[in-house]
Amino acid sequence: MASNSKTLRSPLQIARGLGSAKHGTEHWWHQRVTAIALVPLTVWFVFGVIRHLGADHAAFVAWMKSPFSALMMVLTAVVTFHHAQSGLQVVIEDYVHNELAKILSILAVKFLCFALAAACVIAVLKISFGA
Amino acid sequence: MVEFNLPANSKVGVGKTINAANGAKRAKTFKIYRWSPDDGQNPRVDTYVVDLDKFGPMILDAIIYIKNNIDSTLTFRRSCREGICGSCAMNIDGTNTLACLKAIEDVKGDVKIYPLPHMPVVKDLVPDLKHIYAQLASIKPWLQSQSPAPSRERLQSPEDRAKLDGLYECILCFCCSTSCPSYWWNGDRYLGPSILLQAYRWIVDSRDEMTGERLDNLEDPFRLYRCHTIMNCTKACPKGLNPAKAIAEIKKLMVVRR
Repeated sequence: MASNSKTLRSPLQIARGLGSAKHGTEHWWHQRVTAIALVPLTVWFVFGVIRHLGADHAAFVAWMKSPFSALMMVLTAVVTFHHAQSGLQVVIEDYVHNELAKILSILAVKFLCFALAAACVIAVLKISFGA
Repeated sequence: MVEFNLPANSKVGVGKTINAANGAKRAKTFKIYRWSPDDGQNPRVDTYVVDLDKFGPMILDAIIYIKNNIDSTLTFRRSCREGICGSCAMNIDGTNTLACLKAIEDVKGDVKIYPLPHMPVVKDLVPDLKHIYAQLASIKPWLQSQSPAPSRERLQSPEDRAKLDGLYECILCFCCSTSCPSYWWNGDRYLGPSILLQAYRWIVDSRDEMTGERLDNLEDPFRLYRCHTIMNCTKACPKGLNPAKAIAEIKKLMVVRR
């Protein structure tokens, strides 16, 4: 923390700053909810992948074609990337102190996570409804 | 974002060594951080070898002995010498604690003493607490009410009074806040464990009528939610309190009131 000894502002003025954002609970709560949701989803995903070790492409596609697998895969992808972007946002806010770099890296993380989630969903839908 | 140069006065050099033990049977070495704002020098670590039979059993006894008998320029805060004023909080043997409550015999090897981590240093072991005191003031650590002042005491049930146990004992030594990495990196905006424990002490007080406003004031990604439950605060507290739990209770109330 930098020393404030050279400023003419009062310590209380600095501590009160721009005031409370009156926000943040939603973000924190969503992180917890997605973390809990990821427990069964990750277990399903890991077992699904292990079950198909050594399987050929056709077997894998057949598995992904079942409505239950498609549903679980879409949920896993969406929840994983939602959790990832909110977690990475916190990490960036913790460690990046240059305001511009902070905003740009948070934007990059969010765009990337949403793009990857969308790509996963499209892939699953293509397998499900494709020929 | 990335700083390639260390901030001023970050490089700590080796200072002088004073052997005042004179071949004593129970000699102990104290390595103490020294920095003066007046000489334009980087900080240094001075070494004092002292005879443990000359003073009491605590770290504070040792540094008072050093100041009185060996090096009067050694600067530190102390007052009550019994763990109730919180003045002598410093980093001893790698842990933030009170010099008056830390026994010398509990430290294996040389005793390394530094000021509380990541605070601006006024001199030697004296940290600048201006900002953290302002943060304390910002949460208004006093009873606030809307109803007219009663003509007698404000009553509180024994059960409600019991909710303040583990909170009112805090002596504001700031061992917890200065042990918290989140407070190190974002202490300008994050309130830190000590201030959040104080905030919760008033949130949970049954006589206080501004609970909602207090929660409003804390609901902020930086003021409250920089706490990532690292638990250094609880580990450091020389009074055995649990600031991490107080913060968790605040977060719980934030969800409950949604």
